[in-house]
Amino acid sequence: MKKNNFLHKHQKTLAPLLSLVLIILITASVTPGFLSIRMVDGHLFGSLLDILHRATPTALVALGMAVVIGTRGIDLSVGAVIAISGAVTAVLTVNTDWPVWVVILCALGTGMLCGLWNGILVSVFNIQPIVATLILMVAGRGIAQMITEGQIVTFHSDVLDAIGNGYFLAFPIRVWIAIGMIALTVLVMRKTALGLFIEAVGANVRASRLVGIEARLLVLSAYVFSGLCAAMSGIILAADIRGADANNAGLWLELDAILAVVLAGASLAGGRIYLLLTIVGVLIIQTLTTAILTSGLPVQYNLVVKATIILAVLLVQSPKTRQWISDFFTKKKRAANSSTGKADTGKGSEKP
Amino acid sequence: MSDLVKDALEVKETSAVKETVEAAQSAVRPLLEIKHLSKSFTGVQALNDVSLQIQQGEIRALLGENGAGKSTLIKVLTGVYPRDSGEILLDGSLISASDSGHAQRLGISTVYQEVNLIPTMSVMENLTLQHQEKTFGLISWKKAEIRARELLAQVGLDIDPLRQLDTYSIAIQQLVAIARALSTQAKMLILDEPTASLDSDEIKQLFDLMARLKSEGLGIIFVTHFLDQVYSITDSITVLRNGECIGTFKTAELSRSDLVSHMVGKSLEDLAPTAHDHSIKRERTELLQLNNVGKQRYLQPLDLNIAAGEIVGVAGLLGSGRTELCELAYGSVKPDQGEVTLSNHSLTKSSLRRAIQVGMGYCPEDRKQDGIVAELSVRENMILALQASKGWWSPISIAEQQKLVEEMIQRLAIKTPDMDKPIGELSGGNQQKVILARWLITHPALLILDEPTRGIDIGAHHEIIQIIKELCEQGMGLLVASSELEELVMFAHRVVVMKDHHKVSELHGNEVSEQAILRTIAS
Repeated sequence: MKKNNFLHKHQKTLAPLLSLVLIILITASVTPGFLSIRMVDGHLFGSLLDILHRATPTALVALGMAVVIGTRGIDLSVGAVIAISGAVTAVLTVNTDWPVWVVILCALGTGMLCGLWNGILVSVFNIQPIVATLILMVAGRGIAQMITEGQIVTFHSDVLDAIGNGYFLAFPIRVWIAIGMIALTVLVMRKTALGLFIEAVGANVRASRLVGIEARLLVLSAYVFSGLCAAMSGIILAADIRGADANNAGLWLELDAILAVVLAGASLAGGRIYLLLTIVGVLIIQTLTTAILTSGLPVQYNLVVKATIILAVLLVQSPKTRQWISDFFTKKKRAANSSTGKADTGKGSEKP
Repeated sequence: MSDLVKDALEVKETSAVKETVEAAQSAVRPLLEIKHLSKSFTGVQALNDVSLQIQQGEIRALLGENGAGKSTLIKVLTGVYPRDSGEILLDGSLISASDSGHAQRLGISTVYQEVNLIPTMSVMENLTLQHQEKTFGLISWKKAEIRARELLAQVGLDIDPLRQLDTYSIAIQQLVAIARALSTQAKMLILDEPTASLDSDEIKQLFDLMARLKSEGLGIIFVTHFLDQVYSITDSITVLRNGECIGTFKTAELSRSDLVSHMVGKSLEDLAPTAHDHSIKRERTELLQLNNVGKQRYLQPLDLNIAAGEIVGVAGLLGSGRTELCELAYGSVKPDQGEVTLSNHSLTKSSLRRAIQVGMGYCPEDRKQDGIVAELSVRENMILALQASKGWWSPISIAEQQKLVEEMIQRLAIKTPDMDKPIGELSGGNQQKVILARWLITHPALLILDEPTRGIDIGAHHEIIQIIKELCEQGMGLLVASSELEELVMFAHRVVVMKDHHKVSELHGNEVSEQAILRTIAS
């Protein structure tokens, strides 16, 4: 009984975690060596490490997206912001002799500026978030192209190389960066009242305003944060290929990020934020992508298979499906009760 | 009120109904006749055996307090809700509308308070939306424009039908809505609070039109909260209360005080002044001071002072400006003139956070929309105001939160299995207590309560009134707006009476009684 209660309470948390474990196990049974991890020169290698490595940019973007979605918003421009910050990183590295940390700060600042733009449109001008961020989604790649003057700008920098592909304590440096950022965000959200305020504003902006929460400023900061996260992701992606590709860097990443937030059980109508589960969502998506690529399935099936599995995960999580499942079991129980001739009909349905 | 008095009242009312019904039957065949109409929603009897008749060329006011059944009656008439029992006859033939479009084709058109048009379309498109003029099966915009001009002329409007609707004032839009309602040879026109957002000139324009339509033989049902308007335009009045038809009266023969008694269900003569002590014992330390505070089209400027340990009640009919007064005092709506100060801090232009920091608290009327954050837990909802006034960077520790919340759950006897349950799953009364607790933990100097007992059960109702009295004894100042006079009289030291968005009077000490309040509203 007690265990049942625990399961019931954490049903929402367990669903994405179970899905991830299930997907990893199934892939492991299909692809031999999927779970194996080797140590080479003090660096860990293996498919699982590869998943972590590749998931980093999406994880950072999804982190910002989760906060924005918590305020009942959405940020479609993150892919474009990735392109812009990548372009800034590349062009400044090539054209100036500024120290690399100044370059990185400039790229991060550009991302926050983009977020500020989105935030002003949404919270000051009350433009619907999907429309407001669509503007930068379209214009952002153009801005990135203007910065790189239409070229793919390649660069060389030891520090950026390390960020893109270096290792620290057996793990890729970029994974450490993501872990640091996630930990910091969780800390700020849960150890200050910021998380509470964002959830309150997302769930009921009128009531939040009436208790004295500065909703506008809060929404604005959420978009700035999302811009910052996207910029970090953009720097990592540029460092990875040692160049800025204004057309393709972070293309469609916003959709993966939104999907990850939804997989974590958040509602696009705002309210509860699940930061760690969002990261689990990112890992589900990346595991699927990697698994399909390594499974030897013909390339043209990739997208459809990925979509089908994600749909299945979402269906399992939907409250309606859960209702059906629990109804199914109560019915079964009741049928069992009546067939054994017990008189307590209806009691089975009252219990849950 | 004793049962005896209640019975006596009912007898009086039914006899009044009989007289008027007989008078009506002797006249010509009525345009609209409603017989024994009933409608209930899952256990709540929204309309109970309502009968009424309306003649050609008659303007009938439909009056009643919140929940009296006005909107249900209109929705049953126009087929939005199916009826449980009863008959509706239009021009002597039985009708049964299946939706509002059908009702309109049958001859009953409705214009709602919120203009039911499409603001981004042109006036012409709005007017011809339901029935397009066609040539060879295609819309003829030329014919549509001619038709639109005809319809506008019918309501006395000379405006460009090609312009977008929302470029015109609300009053013009309201008239366009009426023009559309008349486009289908309406016999019966229902106007549901059409004047709520109009100014006096615009109201006059509307009334001129109503008088013209009346002379053309249309029957009009006019729903409003403004008694002055009832007396200036209507021929007769039907009063609903708790889903029952209290009676139909000739406007000229019904005094205002009788009308108000019918609406709230109490007669002036039968109300003895209650023995409650309305004076304050302690010395006055002024808390809230409103100095000529008002806002255009919202609330006429007024003065109001509240001292520590004083409860000031706000009375008035629905739509009289009770909520507006609360919102201006709290600062959630900023006045465009006057000064608001609380304990010598000027709050006229301050943020709500600042107002809360100097000791303001506000439980809004609409608990669902403005009070609770349904997804968040009882604990989170309760600490929200205190946390907001501290700022996000200085969080209240979980242990501290649990202590505060546990204390409040005990003190207000809040029924919840645990403090982490989402507040949306609690009953209305318990939600209201949590919202009350939200403010109590901020230790406000002044608490504003708008309809603190709306929609909660009897037990919780009583508890909340007890809490209000205790808070006052502890020296808090309270501003309580309520539609329940009985309740106000029980605890208020003073009562501000609102009418048509201005303060008509302030009753002090022993003047405070239900009788006096009703008389003031009716005057």
